[in-house]
Amino acid sequence: MEVKNTIVFSAETLELVQKIMKRYPEGKHKSAILPILHLAQAEWNWCSPEVMDYVASLLSIAPVEVYEVASFYTMFHLEPVGEHVIEYCRTGPCCLMGGVEVYDHLKKRLGIQTGETTADGKFTIKEVECLAACGWGPVFQIKEKFYMQLTAEKVDQIIDELRK
Amino acid sequence: MKILTEHIDVPGIETIDVFCKHGGYQAVEKAIKKMTPDEVTEEVKKSGLRGRGGAGFPVGMKWSFLAKPEGVPRYLVCNADESEPGTFKDHYLMWKSPHTLIEGMIVSSFALGANTSYIYVRGELMYVIHILEKAIQEAYDKGYLGKNILGSGYDLDLYIQPGGGAYICGEETALLESLEGKRGNPRIKPPFPAVKGVWQCPTVVNNVESIAATSWIINHGGDAYAAIGVGRSTGTKLISASGHIRKPGVYEIPLGITVEDFIYSDEWCGGIRDGHKLKAVVAGGSSVPILSAEMILNTVDGEKRLMTYESLSDGGFATGTMLGSGGFIVMDETTCIVHNTLTFARFYHHESCGQCSPCREGTGWMDKVIYRIEHGNGRKEDIDLLVDVAKKIEGNTICPLGDAAAWPVAAAIRHFRDEFEWHIEHPELAIQPGAVYMRPGASWA
Repeated sequence: MEVKNTIVFSAETLELVQKIMKRYPEGKHKSAILPILHLAQAEWNWCSPEVMDYVASLLSIAPVEVYEVASFYTMFHLEPVGEHVIEYCRTGPCCLMGGVEVYDHLKKRLGIQTGETTADGKFTIKEVECLAACGWGPVFQIKEKFYMQLTAEKVDQIIDELRK
Repeated sequence: MKILTEHIDVPGIETIDVFCKHGGYQAVEKAIKKMTPDEVTEEVKKSGLRGRGGAGFPVGMKWSFLAKPEGVPRYLVCNADESEPGTFKDHYLMWKSPHTLIEGMIVSSFALGANTSYIYVRGELMYVIHILEKAIQEAYDKGYLGKNILGSGYDLDLYIQPGGGAYICGEETALLESLEGKRGNPRIKPPFPAVKGVWQCPTVVNNVESIAATSWIINHGGDAYAAIGVGRSTGTKLISASGHIRKPGVYEIPLGITVEDFIYSDEWCGGIRDGHKLKAVVAGGSSVPILSAEMILNTVDGEKRLMTYESLSDGGFATGTMLGSGGFIVMDETTCIVHNTLTFARFYHHESCGQCSPCREGTGWMDKVIYRIEHGNGRKEDIDLLVDVAKKIEGNTICPLGDAAAWPVAAAIRHFRDEFEWHIEHPELAIQPGAVYMRPGASWA
């Protein structure tokens, strides 16, 4: 995914940023780091140093305060990723439901391993820990959407759909 | 008996109009118009409601610890960072019926005298955050949130805070650090959040299910709630049922039904999937000790084990476990306990915040040693090594993540040591795909 040359939120998003910062007491707007990082990643697909610097400038804090937070939480991509990041749950309950086999199929289907991106830049596979959907496993998530009770056939359908 | 999920399948229950048609927001009306904050707290105390996030600490007592210095704001923060493997009840409740939580947040905030409250939702549940935000806006529009609620003079603002993907933020002081916009490193206690919480102000942190239950308690009285259940396990509990059962899902049970009923009755899990037998259960989320089929169904005295805090922990860790968060993971005879334990050890290794060396180093050791056992490279001394590492983590860390990491490994070895030994003695068999050790004479053999 190409990163835009100028890292600036739209006027609409900036208004939302201002609103978010007012959720916290006077002077405590550093709390807005996580919500704003989510907005930034939704906009630019990953949290590049430039994106994090921009978030720091919005909050009037040092860039390192954003780096140390972004690097602590697993949802933020600190390296470029594909258009669709498939984050599959590798924890116990999903494995009980055949997760390992389904994820192996996913990797074979895309021809990449966990942590890699397809040559066309369409897909990245990441493994994540429990997604709180254990009764509906195996599960993966692409952006906000949960895909549940996965089978090899369902994985194929989802990939076909997203390739369109 | 359903308290939280009675109307959960009603079409449109996520909207405030349908929710109100089914008795929604009556607890807000009652608490704010007819009761004092102390009276609300008193009812919650009487109910015997215990923290539903896993620790089981009495909610009313936690509330009564809240410091109330003049001129200092107090906060209620809802812990919706549900991430304990096997647990998905809060996800389900917020997704299906967001107003159930919001109503409870208003009642609880009123009792605590909080004028600003937050719901900290794990970031992966962004779609649930959108559902909650929509519901919160509806509550503002109806006058249940905002300034001068129902003309009472009481003000409350309610906000959602998204997490960023970190199990540790389910620990309450890590959650508060995260809410302040920092890394989720747990704080040393004391001071407890009730005295110095978010932004150094008095704060109560409660689980989604605990807060949601307060509305029913206010509507029906603490005594009515306490009448449900057995002994100190009062009320109902949401159980997240997963694994090899016919009907996985979230079930609201009255505390006190038997474990056997919960697993085999058609009302709940519906039994083990066709043609298979029960081997083991993790009853309260990944951190609680795993028990074999025989041990989970009956206590060591031969009594039927109940779904209560006390009965599940009967026998201590030698023969018992914990109710925990109610993450009920069922395994049949096809399950390799070593592999399952590996996924848990890997989980805690990944999620350790790295602050305390016993946890940071120990979780890594356990992950690597179980990995080599599972992959046919185990050494004779590895089992004792794992027990030793687990012992050295337990009780030696700032927060309970260390214990949570040590217990599942120690319990798997305690109750399934033969399976670990088999992996080490017969690596050529153990590494075959789908290979599972079968204990001679076991009930699941």
